[in-house]
Amino acid sequence: MAIEARNVTKRFGDFVALDDVSIAVESGSLTALLGPSGSGKSTLLRVIAGLEVPDAGEVFISGKEATALAPQKRGVGFVFQHYAPFTHMTVFDNIAFGLTIRRRPKTEVRARVQELIDLVQLPGLGERYPSQLSGGQRQRMALARALAAEPEVLLLDEPFGALDARVRKELREWLLRLHDEMHVTTIFVTHDQEEALELADTVVVMNAGHVEQVAPPRELYDNPANPFVMSFVGPVNRLGDAWVRPHDIEITHDPNGPAREAQVERIVRLGFEVRVDVVRDDGERLYVQLTRNEAEELELAPGDIVHLRTRRERVFSASV
Amino acid sequence: MTARRGIRVFSLGYLAVILVAPVGLIFWRAFEHGLHPFWAAISNPIAVHALKLTVEITLIAVPANTIFGILCALAIVRHRIPGMGLVNAFVDLPLALSPVVVGLALYLLYGREGWFGHWLLGHGIQVLFALPAMVLATTFVSLPFVVREVVPVLREIGTQQEEAAATLGASALTTFRRITLPAIRWAVAYGVVLTTARSLGEFGAVSIVSGGIAGRTQTLTQYVQASYENFDQTGAYAASVLLAALAITTLLAMTVVRRGNRSA
Repeated sequence: MAIEARNVTKRFGDFVALDDVSIAVESGSLTALLGPSGSGKSTLLRVIAGLEVPDAGEVFISGKEATALAPQKRGVGFVFQHYAPFTHMTVFDNIAFGLTIRRRPKTEVRARVQELIDLVQLPGLGERYPSQLSGGQRQRMALARALAAEPEVLLLDEPFGALDARVRKELREWLLRLHDEMHVTTIFVTHDQEEALELADTVVVMNAGHVEQVAPPRELYDNPANPFVMSFVGPVNRLGDAWVRPHDIEITHDPNGPAREAQVERIVRLGFEVRVDVVRDDGERLYVQLTRNEAEELELAPGDIVHLRTRRERVFSASV
Repeated sequence: MTARRGIRVFSLGYLAVILVAPVGLIFWRAFEHGLHPFWAAISNPIAVHALKLTVEITLIAVPANTIFGILCALAIVRHRIPGMGLVNAFVDLPLALSPVVVGLALYLLYGREGWFGHWLLGHGIQVLFALPAMVLATTFVSLPFVVREVVPVLREIGTQQEEAAATLGASALTTFRRITLPAIRWAVAYGVVLTTARSLGEFGAVSIVSGGIAGRTQTLTQYVQASYENFDQTGAYAASVLLAALAITTLLAMTVVRRGNRSA
């Protein structure tokens, strides 16, 4: 295990940010801490980095007890949500910081920083100041700075949170490639389920200071441990005790078989995806996801009476 | 258009009446009979001594308050030490308290019968009517400026850059030297300028604890008062001009600092 947190509790005044949380992160993995704001995911990341001292529990990094270790001695690279660039230093000096304070020889620093500038695709921008960079460039600079001193562990706090959708998508792909090349154990915090499912090999779902489930993305989506995970990692309809994903509902014009009658209320076309709001005969409102082809074949219009079949649903024994 | 002109006329008129006229009058009076009487007045040994003493006190009070101010601001903003809120409130006390009261308090503390004065005198250390009391009084009245300039800037820059430096392996001292200090440098410079101006002009507190002995414990402000009371008007005006010149130099330094701040 590269990183282990055991029974970590952290309070801020009366607020319990982490309540007896334990996680184990495998060496070389890319793990997501996923949860809504206030779920404790960022606090857990900061406890691992040594930026917060837990009230109870232990942290192990590469098998060594690190609970009381100062952040400087943990060998951890941290990328902050807003990148925390050193505003009075150039991009070069920012990236070189971890090396210059270790008094590495100048030629070595220069070579390593140049290598990192190429790696994060900021060629020719070494003499710029952070304020002269775009959000995505600042993000990559922060990443290069964190990687400079060759950390055993890379921690990213909402790394793409402040970027626009297109840049975010580019950076995700790029981070994935980077991780494949460098194999540095990485944990990132996100509130975006799509980001977690796309990037991570393991997802830790957190809620209200607890870990709800730890699983690979597919397992998480197909076999959520409880209603919270089910509704957080994807869209969901609730029908009495059952929880159904909108793409697990079939719309037909065929009244035969185990189908329920419903009326189409609204149709929203989002390119490939078509979202249909329907009201069942018992007054229950649902939303159904169709592909564009399915929707075209059905020739749906608001007001139509249709029939619904559920392909797959989940019932949780202890409902919340 | 008329409203804007009205504002301009009013503010310039206000400045002229409140500021420019008195200061201008002093310059005019000092040089009324040409450069020679002015030069004679400020080159007399007592005036020269007063100037030296004022500069000497300032050169002790300003570095002391700069170091204290930076440490105090760090303590207020960065460390949630119990009681720091109280310190934060107390820092402003010298601005609210009349310097005369400060002088009196020091007088009572360091006088022959005072808590500290009795003990110190017993060990042969003269505080009152000597340099130490004058430095204490000046330090007291000029204390808030660096703290007040640095605190908001520290709040604004936040802790993330410092945390980032820590995760990159920097010790607390390295982080302060490489990250925090460069970020607050203009605020510190601004605070130093204000502290200097306040120290040069200090009169109330110092006049109570110094004794104002000409040629020994008389600062430049006290020299102005003494000359005026002795009907040596040329001397009073000349020394005032000197004080005003020092103040204007400090203000010019402040303008330079501001310009540097903007370009950074």
